[in-house]
Amino acid sequence: MNDPVLNIIPEIPIAEWIEWLTDKITDVFSFIFNPINTHFGNFMEFMAEDILMNIPPFIFILAIAVLAFFISGKRFGLAIFSIIGLWLIYNQGHWDDLMNTVTLVLLASLLSVLIGIPIGIWMSKSKVANAAITPILDFMQTMPAFVYLIPAVAFFGIGMVPGVFASLIFATPPTVRFTNLGIRQVSKELVEAADAFGSTGAQKLFKVELPMAKPTIMAGINQTVMLALSMVVIASMIGARGLGREVLSALQRAEAGTGFVAGIAIVILAIIMDRITQNFNKKKDD
Amino acid sequence: MPVIEVKNLTKIFGKNTKQALKLLEEGATKEEILKKTGCTVGVNRAAFSVEQGEIFVIMGLSGSGKSTLVRLINRLIEPTEGDILIDGEDLAKMDKHQLRQVRREKLSMVFQQFALFPHRSILENAEFGLEIQNMPKEKRKEKAKQALELVGLGNYLQQKPGQLSGGMQQRVGLARALANDPKILLMDEAFSALDPLIRKDMQDELIDLQSSMQKTILFITHDLDEALRLGDRIALMKDGSIVQIGTPEEILVNPANDYVERFVEDVDRSKVLTASHIMKRPETVNIEKHGPRVALERMREEGISSIFVIDGKRKLKGYITADDASEARKKNITSLSEILRTDIPTVSKDTSLQEIFSIIYDSPIPVAVVDNDRLAGIIVRGSVIAALAGNGEVNLDNE
Repeated sequence: MNDPVLNIIPEIPIAEWIEWLTDKITDVFSFIFNPINTHFGNFMEFMAEDILMNIPPFIFILAIAVLAFFISGKRFGLAIFSIIGLWLIYNQGHWDDLMNTVTLVLLASLLSVLIGIPIGIWMSKSKVANAAITPILDFMQTMPAFVYLIPAVAFFGIGMVPGVFASLIFATPPTVRFTNLGIRQVSKELVEAADAFGSTGAQKLFKVELPMAKPTIMAGINQTVMLALSMVVIASMIGARGLGREVLSALQRAEAGTGFVAGIAIVILAIIMDRITQNFNKKKDD
Repeated sequence: MPVIEVKNLTKIFGKNTKQALKLLEEGATKEEILKKTGCTVGVNRAAFSVEQGEIFVIMGLSGSGKSTLVRLINRLIEPTEGDILIDGEDLAKMDKHQLRQVRREKLSMVFQQFALFPHRSILENAEFGLEIQNMPKEKRKEKAKQALELVGLGNYLQQKPGQLSGGMQQRVGLARALANDPKILLMDEAFSALDPLIRKDMQDELIDLQSSMQKTILFITHDLDEALRLGDRIALMKDGSIVQIGTPEEILVNPANDYVERFVEDVDRSKVLTASHIMKRPETVNIEKHGPRVALERMREEGISSIFVIDGKRKLKGYITADDASEARKKNITSLSEILRTDIPTVSKDTSLQEIFSIIYDSPIPVAVVDNDRLAGIIVRGSVIAALAGNGEVNLDNE
């Protein structure tokens, strides 16, 4: 640490800068963050506790099984797996946790997609945007997910909302990347055809480019859902309720069995969500 | 007024287009410009005009700039310099909005790889051009249907393009272009991706359609046979420049330079040349005036063993052989009708060399070229072979 050459410049206070920046943002934008926290938090609570938890588990499981059956092309595999898996979660007393987790994952994914697709489109149309945003996406995906928790707490306090915020940062990049890629991959002749017949930019986008890019975009959305789910345990560290919190508390109390059960519940949810979003993609391919 | 008129149209790809343009005007070649500026000359000061109802073929090998040229016409590629007059209006100077309007109303394009939208049905594909003009659904469906029926696909409305063969897919491409009822069709190697038999069918069909539609068609191809079949006029391109413009015959018979000549060497002349190109003035005797003696005399003069017989209105009656004529003279027969033979092989003026070849192959006498029963000329075996070999005397005056 006493190397005379390397010490020419004293330690740069990057950490202080970021802290200062975070404080500033929290202060300046609190008029945005606070209402988001309150209203979005209330909405999530409403969705998890007043809607999802009020659906009788039996009906919920049946509905998922039916959805799985039709979306996988009228095959029974996924439907049967959904019934057994979800029943097992119920059986282990994790139903309410499951509903909280589903709320977190669905909302985080939905927001990721709503934000990610327009950014992806923008990147596909603009070289400058593409060059500027790509490194940001790399940064978002490689920075350890725990790091996002700190500003998330600063902005939104503790609870579900900062969980969604952290998931959003972590899970949005695949949707952006795949949307960009999907549109860029549309064959040049098809784009020329759209232009040659006198399409406006919007017509070209909605009638040709997005429909052609759909399978690729859906693959990106599938990735986004999976990443949002993978954030569940991490988000529980800042007070997000759900299966993740069970895993975390089992860890803190060194209860291997409880941890395993909650972990299995996450795996079951992951498999069901993955297969459903994948098949959604394939169905559109036909 | 020509429907399409292109003046001084130039496309230079690269960054330093101004310098490249200057060099081009000073007469530098494509290679020199590439070396000095790093720019590629795509199209070099092209100029031509196309009349209403004409099929104008632009032909060249790959890299000759023909695909760039056609994309300059509807500004899928922005020209570096030059004018593109469509009905007298300069497309090159139009803003986005005006350009879109012209593309919607006047220009339609057919693509080499069909460029159909795989997620749309055949009908929806044909509707595309009308749909983006916001035409009401019922009306555009009706028009698209008519266009599909025109190309013989009235029964495939709900299929997806992937379910159709290549030839059928390109019919959809053609129907999509026709549904707009454009004045001009731009066809970029439209039949090049099809196998040879289908390609020929499509060419015939295009000619058929054209005879009733009378569109102005700009057809791009690398295939000279195709160019000769379809084109009213042909422009030959090399290295971005138009080397020669002319009717198929003019290009075949009087190639402008070595490049064109080399191109033309490969062409199957038997499909292009017709009887009228190789026929000769016939030696004849008149059945109303002449007898065996005159016939024999003429045959001896010309060194031939048979002679065609006509009447006073040049109607072909038959032929007589030298043997028969000398027999008749010995027997003092004075009328030609007694020794007249009528089993003459005849062809019409526009019979192709290919067909003539098979006829003349087993005929002992020359083939007669007949126009409204009148003898227009004769074809001897030698001139067929000479024409096929590409060094025969070909006379365009007989057209």
